[in-house]
Formats: sequence, C-alpha cells, structure tokens
Amino acid sequence: MTWLSDAAVGRLRDAAELPDFSGTRYDLVRELGRGGMGVVYEAHDRELDRRVAIKVLATETASPAAAERMRAEARVVARLEHPGIVPLHDAGTLADGRIYYAMKLVRGQRLDELACGTTELLRILLRVCEAVALAHARGVVHCDLKPQNVMTGTFGEVLVMDWGVARTVDESRVDANTRVLAGTRGFMAPEQERGEPVDARADVYALGAMLRALLVAPPKLLRAIIDKATAADRDARYANAGELAADLVRYLDGAPLAAYRENAFERAGRWLARNRALVAVVVAYLIMRVIVLIAVHR
Amino acid sequence: MSLFPTTRRSVVEALGSTDAFERARALDAVVSIYWRPLYKYARIAHRRDDAEDRTQSFLAYVLEKNALASYDTAKASFRTFLRLLFDRHLANEMKAERRLKRGGGAADLPFDEAEAELAREHDRGGSPEEYFQREWARSVFSVAVERLRAGARDDDFALFQAYDLDDARLSYRELGARFGMSETTVTNRLAAMRRHFREHVLDVLRDATASEREFRAEVRALLGVDA
Repeated sequence: MTWLSDAAVGRLRDAAELPDFSGTRYDLVRELGRGGMGVVYEAHDRELDRRVAIKVLATETASPAAAERMRAEARVVARLEHPGIVPLHDAGTLADGRIYYAMKLVRGQRLDELACGTTELLRILLRVCEAVALAHARGVVHCDLKPQNVMTGTFGEVLVMDWGVARTVDESRVDANTRVLAGTRGFMAPEQERGEPVDARADVYALGAMLRALLVAPPKLLRAIIDKATAADRDARYANAGELAADLVRYLDGAPLAAYRENAFERAGRWLARNRALVAVVVAYLIMRVIVLIAVHR
Repeated sequence: MSLFPTTRRSVVEALGSTDAFERARALDAVVSIYWRPLYKYARIAHRRDDAEDRTQSFLAYVLEKNALASYDTAKASFRTFLRLLFDRHLANEMKAERRLKRGGGAADLPFDEAEAELAREHDRGGSPEEYFQREWARSVFSVAVERLRAGARDDDFALFQAYDLDDARLSYRELGARFGMSETTVTNRLAAMRRHFREHVLDVLRDATASEREFRAEVRALLGVDA
C-alpha cells in the first residue's frame, strides 16, 4: 500500500474537499464560511477581474435531493432582484459534479456584529423589511431571517443573505404536510417549529424577533410593534414584511401605529409632540393677545 | 460509482448479517480500513509482538463472537465504537488466550508494512484518540488511493501520484514537461483523477458507516471540517 506522508494526507484532504473550479472562469481564493447545506468560498472571476462569493454544495451533504434544493435556492435568489438582496451572477455544475452559484461578494459586517444606535438600527431593519417584502410579493418566504443573515456593507448597503431554506408559498400550498425543518430557534415562528406550512407571517415573526434581540429596552410603541410581529397566533401578526415596514415608518415619523390603539390623551400628546413648532407659535400668539388685552383694559 | 452516497447496504450493516459468509466479507472490508490504525494505536503502549498479537486476536475475536453486530448507531460513530471495543479487548484479554486465538480467523496482516510506516516521520502528537483518528484518516485515504490505482490508467495515476502524493511537488508546467503533455491536459487529467479520488473516499466512508447521519459526520471528521 502506498505510504502517505502527513503532507500528502493534507493534500488529499484538500483534493477531496475543495471544489474543482477547472473549466470555469473562477479561481479559488479562500473559504468564507459554512452553512447547513453549502460552503461559501471567495473566488476570483478571471473574465471580469473581480472577487465573487461562490456557494458550493458541501461534500458531506451531497445528495440528489440536496442538489435540487440548492438549484431551487439559486432560482429563488435569481428572481428576487432588489438592492437589499445579494445578486446572483452565475450558476452551474462544477467538474466534480457539485452544484454551485456565484454571487456578489459583500464586504462589511453582519448585523449581529454591528454597533449602532436605535434609530440607525431601525433604518437598517426597515431596509431588511423592504427586501423581504419584495420576496413576499413574489411568493417567497425566507424562513431563516436572523441578524447573522443580514450584511451591512462598507458603503451603506444592507443585504439579506442565505436564502438556502427559502420556499415559495406555492410549495406550502401544494403539500400541506411539507415540513420546514430548517431555521433558527429564537427566530423561528411557532408554526415553523411545529413543521406546519409557512407563509409570509413566519418571516414577520423572525423580523419581530430580530427587533427584540437587537433593541435594548425598546420604548412602549416599539414594544407594541414587536409584540404584534411575534404574536403566537399568526393571524394576529402583520400579514407580511411590507405591513411591518409601514408600521416602522409610522413609528419613525411619529404617526399612529397599526400595532397600538391610543387613548385620547395619548393621541393629543402625540399630536402635540409632532406639532411642537405650531403649538409654540399659537401659544406665543395667545400669550401676546392676553398681554395686549390686559394692557388695553388698564 | 457515483458522486452521491448510494443507498446500498454498507459493510457495517453487513456485519450484523445472519449469513456467516456475508459477515466474513464485511469484516474483511472493515479490516482493510481499520487494522493499521488499530495496530498503530496499540503500538503506542505495546511492543511490536504484543501489538501484533492483540490486533490479530481482536480481529479474530470480533469475527468469532460477532462482536461488531452489537454496534448501535445512536450511541457513537462506528470508528469510536471500534476503538472503545479495542480498548476493552486490550485491557481484558489474557496474553495466553490471545496466543491461542491468534490465526483463528482473521487473515494474516502485513505488520512489517505497518512497522515500516511507523518508522517514517509522521505526526505523533496529541492524545492516543487523536493519533488514532489521524491514522484512520491516513488509512481511509490509502484505501481510496489503492482503489483509484486499480481503476485508473497507469499514466493518469502516475500524474496524480506525482502531484498529490509525492512530497517533491512539481508545477503543472513541470508535470507537462515530464509526462509529455500540455499544461491544459495536465489540469484536465488531474481534475478528473481528483474527482474519481473523491468518489472513492466517499465510497470507503459509506462502507465504514451505518447511517446517513454517521456518514456525514465521518466525512466532516475526515475532511477536517469539525476537526
């Protein structure tokens, strides 16, 4: 039997594990990370002389079902063209038979690693909601939204990543028994944990859970938004990410929320808070009139 | 042979067969993957004669007593189960009994080869368990390399050997000059050989595991993902 030195074992390990990019326009640079189904590598695109991220089906999960799942993921991402969704450049099969797809290489920080204030955080989450709203409009549910799957780029980009367990609403409808087993505890809607068919409201739950995880001591109105988004009964949640985004915008603008029914005092207080300048002018005018009236009657 | 794991019966499953012939064939397959790691593991604490005796007697014992049939996929990987069973055997068996059993079933093993390998420079650091795991990886790759050699054209294997096995690693250009082929041909042939090699590695692991879950875990362990 051939003696394999330690160095040879290392090379063979690479040969067995590293994707074979021969015959493609890409050169492998380094491994970036591993998910449940695939490994993401940084690669150099020789044709366009740029760096890209390439997701390759992991060796240990290679199976016809996993390959089909990854093809489906590529098709889902390809049809979601939005500034908040990482764009797909290319997809295919490597010489070693594994499925891959190439996408924009995002340089920046994951949302869970980002340090910023509440307002900035809300603006980022608003953009996440807008990207997810487009997916919902296309009938796609992400199913694994969490801070680790949101990248904030160096130039202000906000990108929703890892659509590996995304599914179309049709898939749920076609087979009501289809179980969504993937997802992350703490961000997964109760119906998703139970393996029931999911719709956009599962993502709404995850977005609400993200708000809860990222905001330290949120004010009452923001808590109301979080509570509505993460209601155990999905009928009590926002219908989709667009509705949640609209309530976040209303919160930032000081407008009445869908998530919170105000009493008369709160409504008046909010009106006063929103119209401080007008109130100040009116009050100043009234004070001046009072002073004038007093002066005249003396 | 396909890229993807097949659903064929693994040798680990066949070890529990009621058919003695099928069981013996399965044990042969397991022995081909594990005897070297077991022997080298035994050599950490034992002299050559004792390590040979204990490895042989262990393999004879598992064949005669059908000891591997008690493997429970829910409790540990087959690799761990085998090592723990070997540990117990090393601790319990009396030397006289071992000698009586020697040659009682398991094929004669080329211990000289394993001794020659032990004499070569290789990583002996870490715990005995870690050493066993490294030698298991070396053994799996060695079996896969031999299967690759058996199925490949001589010149293709020579190319693979020169680039992936020999420590004096040549560039694709140098390989082309040595084998009289263009750099592109070298690239394509090496890519094909590596693809076949990966298929053999997965086949070896498929043989040596009893469930899809264990198979995936062993692929991760072998390829260094979780190591």
